[in-house]
Amino acid sequence: MASNKKYWKSVEELKDSSVVETLSKNEFVENIPTDDFLGDKETLEASSTSRRDFLKYVGFTTAAASLAACEGPVVKSIPYVVKPNDIIAGVADWYATSMADGYDFANILVKTREGRPIQIMPNKEANGTTSARVQASVLSLYDEKLRLKEPTKSGEVISWAEADKEIGQKLNSLKEASKQVVLLTGTMASPSTDKIISEFLTAYPNAKHVVYDAVSESAAADAFEKMYGRRALPNYKLQNAETIVSFGADFLGDFHGGFEKAYIDGRKPETGKMSYHIQVESNMSLSGANADKRLVAKPSDVVFSLLNLYKELTGNAVSSNTTAIDSDIKKIAKILRKSGSKGVVMTGVNDVNAQLISLAINQYLNSEILDVNNSLNIRKGSFEDVETLVSDMKSGNVGGLLAVNVDPAYTLPNADEFTEALSKVDLKVSLSVENNATTDAMEYALPAPHFLESWGDTQFSEENFGLMQPTIQPLFDTRQVQDTLLKWSGRSTTYYNFLKAFWSENVLGGASWNKALHNGYFSKAVDTATNSSFVSEVSISEVASNLRKNTKASGMELNLYTKTGLGDGKQANNPWLQEFPDPITRASWDNYLTMSIADARELGFSNPVKDNGAINGDYAKVSVNGKEVIVPVMIQPGQAKGSVGLSLGFGKTFGLKDEMKVGVNAYPLYKGGNNIQYNVSIEKVSGTHKFACTQVQKTIAGRHDILKVTSLKDYKNVDPKDHHHGWNKPAYVSYDHKEVEANTIDLWDEHNREVGHHFNLSIDLTSCTGCGACVVACHAENNVPVVGKNEVRVGRDMHWLRIDRYYSSEVETREEAKELGLSRGATYEALETEAENPEVTFQPMMCQHCNHAPCETVCPVAATSHGRQGQNQMAYNRCVGTRYCANNCPYRVRRFNWFNYANNNEFDFNMNNEYGKMVLNPDVVVRSRGVMEKCSMCIQMTQATILKAKKEGRKVNVDEFETACSSACTTGAMVFGDVNNKEDKVAVLAEDKRAYNVLDYLQTKPNVIYQVKVRNTNEA
Amino acid sequence: MKSVTLHSRLTSVLLKSLTLLLFFAFSASTYSQDVDEARQKEGRKLFKSLCASCHKLDKKLVGPALGGVEDRRENSWLKSWIKNNAEFQKVNADAAEAAQYSATAMNAFPQLTDENIDNILYYTTVGDIKKAAAPGPGETTTQVLEKSGAPDWLIYFLAAAIVVAFLMIASLLKQVSELKGNKKSGVDSNLRRDLQELWVGVKENTFLKVLGTILVLLIGAYVVFGTMFKVGVDQGYQPIQPIAFSHKIHAGENKIDCQYCHSSAKHSKHSGIPSVNVCMNCHKGISEVAEGTEIQWNGQTYGKEQLDQEIAKVYKAAGWDPDELAYTGEEKPVKWIRIHNLPDFAYYNHSQHVTVAGVKCQKCHGPVEEMDEMYQYSPLTMGWCIDCHRETNVDLKGNEYYEKIHDQLAKKYGVDKVTISQLGGLECGKCHY
Repeated sequence: MASNKKYWKSVEELKDSSVVETLSKNEFVENIPTDDFLGDKETLEASSTSRRDFLKYVGFTTAAASLAACEGPVVKSIPYVVKPNDIIAGVADWYATSMADGYDFANILVKTREGRPIQIMPNKEANGTTSARVQASVLSLYDEKLRLKEPTKSGEVISWAEADKEIGQKLNSLKEASKQVVLLTGTMASPSTDKIISEFLTAYPNAKHVVYDAVSESAAADAFEKMYGRRALPNYKLQNAETIVSFGADFLGDFHGGFEKAYIDGRKPETGKMSYHIQVESNMSLSGANADKRLVAKPSDVVFSLLNLYKELTGNAVSSNTTAIDSDIKKIAKILRKSGSKGVVMTGVNDVNAQLISLAINQYLNSEILDVNNSLNIRKGSFEDVETLVSDMKSGNVGGLLAVNVDPAYTLPNADEFTEALSKVDLKVSLSVENNATTDAMEYALPAPHFLESWGDTQFSEENFGLMQPTIQPLFDTRQVQDTLLKWSGRSTTYYNFLKAFWSENVLGGASWNKALHNGYFSKAVDTATNSSFVSEVSISEVASNLRKNTKASGMELNLYTKTGLGDGKQANNPWLQEFPDPITRASWDNYLTMSIADARELGFSNPVKDNGAINGDYAKVSVNGKEVIVPVMIQPGQAKGSVGLSLGFGKTFGLKDEMKVGVNAYPLYKGGNNIQYNVSIEKVSGTHKFACTQVQKTIAGRHDILKVTSLKDYKNVDPKDHHHGWNKPAYVSYDHKEVEANTIDLWDEHNREVGHHFNLSIDLTSCTGCGACVVACHAENNVPVVGKNEVRVGRDMHWLRIDRYYSSEVETREEAKELGLSRGATYEALETEAENPEVTFQPMMCQHCNHAPCETVCPVAATSHGRQGQNQMAYNRCVGTRYCANNCPYRVRRFNWFNYANNNEFDFNMNNEYGKMVLNPDVVVRSRGVMEKCSMCIQMTQATILKAKKEGRKVNVDEFETACSSACTTGAMVFGDVNNKEDKVAVLAEDKRAYNVLDYLQTKPNVIYQVKVRNTNEA
Repeated sequence: MKSVTLHSRLTSVLLKSLTLLLFFAFSASTYSQDVDEARQKEGRKLFKSLCASCHKLDKKLVGPALGGVEDRRENSWLKSWIKNNAEFQKVNADAAEAAQYSATAMNAFPQLTDENIDNILYYTTVGDIKKAAAPGPGETTTQVLEKSGAPDWLIYFLAAAIVVAFLMIASLLKQVSELKGNKKSGVDSNLRRDLQELWVGVKENTFLKVLGTILVLLIGAYVVFGTMFKVGVDQGYQPIQPIAFSHKIHAGENKIDCQYCHSSAKHSKHSGIPSVNVCMNCHKGISEVAEGTEIQWNGQTYGKEQLDQEIAKVYKAAGWDPDELAYTGEEKPVKWIRIHNLPDFAYYNHSQHVTVAGVKCQKCHGPVEEMDEMYQYSPLTMGWCIDCHRETNVDLKGNEYYEKIHDQLAKKYGVDKVTISQLGGLECGKCHY
């Protein structure tokens, strides 16, 4: 019964805390800090400045300011000398290209204005998907603080020619001495670069290529190699899956292959079929949050249950341990057996043996979902090779180290050893986009262009080729790594010519280069026969016993993970990503130790909520393998007892702006590149940490019908409007002492909305994975300012679009527990049990563009008004900042500019420097202090679409209207369009039986429609 | 700051006309040569249409300067060369050598008769006839005075009316006091005493006090509001541009289409300041202005000498060497000063108005084809935008986009024509985002 379900956002709410109660009543938790500038009474009285003086000053400054304002500045207009043909000032150009920075790989479209990339969108034609990081990478291009600007030698500027000469000489002398030279790169997934590297290795037989991924997938690649003879990652055709069982593999959050589209394609309730997704994990991950069934188990139990599943399925006796979820595993085995080849098992445990077991299970199932032919090339790193490299360096066997876009001095668990061993290397060269700790430790620093300034090619999976093309003139004196390597190998060709020749020879097979470049991708069927050849029969019993031996179950276990925002930390200097709230914890600007409620109580940790809505945390000292870090603790519902989680990618300091030096570096704990560490000890240490967490700030104030969730079975069989069991019941209100349907009464008059366009945005809660790509896309499109950690902490975040995360459980409040006759102790227990493993629902929330908007009626200056096309318009220049509108908005989506966030040294983010400002969208104004802002439903985009149609003298095409969030959404959860055009997708969705409006009983008649979330919970 | 460059149109125009006047007073007719005008005219016409793209009279262009070419070559030689120089080169060694002048070969002109060629050659000998100054003095000054603003005049008038009213009331008061029996002031009483009496009279009369206060408040309000509403309104803004570019010569006299240079206007929100390569499309061949060309620039008259220097500035920006007739690659963008500045929060799109609505450029930018020096013609205030959007009917015909909307709106408002505001053109969000 969906209707009984109660939703809550934070653990604090479960405790029925009075703070939460207060917070729910205040839109603006923080008052205007009058005390700050008025000071205390005594100083005020002692001051020699009288009230009259003060008024004089005010009068003078006002007069002076208005006088100064009478004269505008002289604006220069500087045209091109020779205008490029394809650039028209004011008209955006789009380029199809690919992103490959060693961690994120994506087929993308880049929007440029006057030669500056300002936005990244998925290349949907190429089945491309984007994550928050891919979206935000356009800002990293303009990172003038972190990027290398010119070649240097020991910190002194040097010309490229000199650098080439000196390094060439050293390379040759090392070749003569037959001393090892190591080329250390990240995963490039670029066939032409592979060719260039192999040529380099031929030119220097003493050279060796080592691939290093900061966040390792070594084990999965090794296991795949053992089974199939190729070093790659398995691919999954999740759209065809019936049952997906994941053992700690966060395939949605980690974004290794952009699986969310395929995953959601297999979960469309209107087709009547949805895959059944079971997630066995210790940390609450994005995949776990989306799962139909989530089993909580500490990391060692995850491994054992994987073994148990193998045992249960195949009947082969392998050694394992019993776990608390054995009975569930038995059920899973049954379901998997039933699904047969439509079932798939995957694991995120970075242990070759665990990966082999999961491949073996898939083989046993004869799984069609596991795609061996079209395997992924995006993690080629070998952690073992890197460890060998460090020990070789230490023993003085390495004569030269050429590091390409890697930062081992920060990301290696033994980074200090690496830095120390560098002194024994003769030739130290860093070819890097950014000036990181590694570059700093090297002798030569040779700047490489950002991927948006580069030529290149990609082969993410065997069949998916992509091209990379420059979308901007190089900002700094950079040279592509490929050009450098070609030069050092003695080749005179440029990389561009090499690339073109390489493609026509090896990839295109006669197809047009220009067309491939225009499309940005090229698909090519692979020869199945050679690729699927199964190489070796691995002895599973041996693998299983090894796995059991490696799994040293202990009292407390650590599961390292990467966050949706920062990933491996490559883009740690990107303010958009720092401010991006974690989809699960809703905390920004931090990493922390996630801990279960039970463990927290036992160890004495808590997350008190301050009266301004901010959350505090205690510090814990985490010790593993002799390494210690001190991190704040965040209590995480759904975290397995006996386990803690900590994200990598934070605590980077070298070259970063002070504001970005947040969090704790967890890489020292990442021993052996293994995401699971056993024998962890945790000790509470003194101090209070201040989190910037938005989870309590916008409470739902008891309005539990914000979310509507149902099961697939009910969706198919129960009438949605059924008075008792309906899962999409209309709201009822009391009118004239009678219960009537809410939409029959209204405060406002109806308007005719049939004329022209009428925009609606439909958000399918079933398809929303909470990935947050839309949040960053909105930032980029609408010049949403970054406000910094302290401001977010007091609830002044400026996100126009946020993704609310709700936990849900059957029993919630004390009152209800009383009704159920539970004792006080039992109540608390019941609440806690629920919090052990709550269901998670994501709900993107932005201005609902109510046709009967409460904000519009209270604005004293009519700064917010309603457009005929359904958009609630905000005239910033008219707003005087009374904030009445925000107070009257039931959705809490209006944002107030407490400060000037642009050109303000107090907010030293991208809008405070010349480079960062290049990312601003010239079609949207940058708001100033004291005005309200909010989602505009991308009115600049809808207007541009209309104008395009008008200019071409045609109707607007079906589904031509888009907003930034809807175009960034790859799963199709967000659909935007014109409901007056009956052929538009959104017009159909608006009438769907799943469609509902949030808080429909208020009769605000929003233009944002939500589609009831359907979970496939009945299958089990 | 803008104030430095923003100068009053009135004074500048007056100054300009003064200089004009002086110029005309001293200018005398210079034309007295004995020339067969018909032949010269015919030759000039042919020269301009066929030869001018590569030749000039006094300067080398693609080909050599042709002024006085008859002194250098024989008439028959020239005729053979002009008619078909390629054939002529085969038979004449001298011609073959002459062909080495440029890598670009000259076209053949078999269509020209001997008479035509003679006319052309006649023109190359006599050159352009210097024209006498045509317009009489005073012609240009008439327009100027009309331009002085109405508000100033109104203020003076009001002030005068108030003074007169006060004087009238004062004399009335005086008479009243006399009638009341007060001693009539003698002939010896001075003006000062009169005024004092007047002041006392006004001070003691409540009605006058109220009236006076109201008047003062009204005038004050008028002045304050008038000033405040002009803040940020730069109508008439005419900054000094880095190059004395005359729209009058280009768009007016030479009738170059606005969108030839401002080509973005039909595609983009910006009309686009033309890049220097667009200037070079024509100015590659036009390195100097015609004899006698004059423009009014920054209160001065620019003659041929100055204007040729202005063209040289274009060459410098484009990196064009007019002697070598080649690009040097040393480019230097021109830093124009933007005249029409909309605030950041107002969105305006040229293509919407130019391409969709078909609005003439002059509607907002004024008679640009008559302006030597460009200035902001319209106030560019919101009220100005709104007025137009209220009054203008949208041409809904022939654009498929509007078909359905037109039907719906026509039904809704019961009218055949629809204004922009009825289409939603007054909504805040249409221009502010």
